Amino acid sequence: MSQATLAIHRISGHAGPAPGEGVERASQVCKLVDTTTCIGCKACEVACLEWNGYTFTDTVFDNSYQTMPATAWNFWNLIKFNEHEREDGSITLLMRKDQCMHCADPGCLAACPADGAIVQYTNGIVDFQQSNCIGCGYCVSGCPFDIPKFNPATKKMFKCTLCSDRVSEGLEPACIKSCPTGCLHSGTKDDMKELAATRATQLRENFGFEKAGVYDPAGVGGTGVIYVLHDATDPESYGGLPKDPRVPWVVRFWKGPAKWIGNLAMLGGIVGVTLHYLRFGPKQVEAAKHEDGGRP
Amino acid sequence: MSTTQVVSSRPTATEPERTIRRYTLSERVHHWIAAFTYLYCLITGLAFWSPYMYWLATLVGGGPTARFWHPWLGLGFTLSVFWMFKIWHGDMRLTDADRRWSKAIRYYIENEDEKLPPIGRFNYGQKLFFWLMFYGIILLLISGFGMWLVESIPWSLGWLRYLAVTVHVVAALATIGGFIIHVYMGTAMVRGGFTSIIRGEVSTTWAKTHHRLWYEEITKGTSAEK
Repeated sequence: MSQATLAIHRISGHAGPAPGEGVERASQVCKLVDTTTCIGCKACEVACLEWNGYTFTDTVFDNSYQTMPATAWNFWNLIKFNEHEREDGSITLLMRKDQCMHCADPGCLAACPADGAIVQYTNGIVDFQQSNCIGCGYCVSGCPFDIPKFNPATKKMFKCTLCSDRVSEGLEPACIKSCPTGCLHSGTKDDMKELAATRATQLRENFGFEKAGVYDPAGVGGTGVIYVLHDATDPESYGGLPKDPRVPWVVRFWKGPAKWIGNLAMLGGIVGVTLHYLRFGPKQVEAAKHEDGGRP
Repeated sequence: MSTTQVVSSRPTATEPERTIRRYTLSERVHHWIAAFTYLYCLITGLAFWSPYMYWLATLVGGGPTARFWHPWLGLGFTLSVFWMFKIWHGDMRLTDADRRWSKAIRYYIENEDEKLPPIGRFNYGQKLFFWLMFYGIILLLISGFGMWLVESIPWSLGWLRYLAVTVHVVAALATIGGFIIHVYMGTAMVRGGFTSIIRGEVSTTWAKTHHRLWYEEITKGTSAEK
């Protein structure tokens, strides 16, 4: 991906601080998905494939309008459809554009062991650098949204780049550009938050969606993709959007304290046997031979 | 025990020391298959473990190569450990002699071996190491498959992904602890041990000093008995 104008904020699997960290601050890039005006046309799915150069492949019919059950290594943008029963018994079709959320605190980056395989730019985009990726799949365990996918042919991980190549050239992401209803917006995080809050207020006050709200989960430090939902108290019904996503504590422990406990234990073992050797030395049966009156 | 026998007496002018076969060729070959596959998994595993040790992956051809071979050589290690289990699980059973020996283990650590009760072909520590590696590899195998095929674990069973990581780390660290002690004792501490796993033979003095019950059993009724 083009990095021409993208300064790096955070870098995966790196010994020591990331080069260039903190020298530049940029506006946070954000996509706003208004699920209340999405018509499920899938233009964004097609635009994503076209821009990123993937052809459409065979898929699985899931007895719904959904293109496939989940995103794939070569299919980063998927509208999730859910026939949702309202409290009054009527049915509504909830549609949500699913893709990488570009977390401010990315679990994939925390889990990644390969130096520079995952980077977070100062504009907030979390991007995979396939040239550094080793295909271990740790990012799969780190992600609270189940987004990174493995390409078995190249043995590299792939996901939505938030069109970092387009954004670095001042263009909007391909999915945003293709949306015919205007339910997709992109801009700075502050602008998108304001727009989302305005829309949520409108839904609450003028359209009777009392629980309408904005999805920008604090557990991962906020996300680079935010949603307006008719019912912000039940994000799960929008194709399994987690209510309170967090980087799994196992991953945090594994990449934090466990590392130093383990390293100290291993070092302790090496120091221990060395000290033993210095204190007691080797076991030599030759010595016993002498005591037996053996040959000198 | 049937795999050991008195093989030769090598009278030379200066060193007429009898030797005893301690490990058959097949046992030695499998030990070294296990050793090299474990070492490979150790080096690559440490590279994945910490950014400060990621350079270790360079030694074996870089990150992607290390990632590709780590699970396959791990399977190789598993097979060699299972083979060792097949031939050694009888020898590795803890006996009353081992329990007596374990109570006096400080004499072993402090190199006062003459105060130790006699033991068989393997001592208490060797047996513990064997069972540590045996149960360790079972945990590493199962959790390793979980990490290898992580995308095959459905999202609804996501906790299994986290469990796999946890078990793999804990089991790996436990085996590394055993491995450090094993290598130290086999090379620097117990002289003659390293030669025995390469050439298969130990001196009768060595056998009498370290594994007297084994020595007495295999020399029963032979001219080497004293």
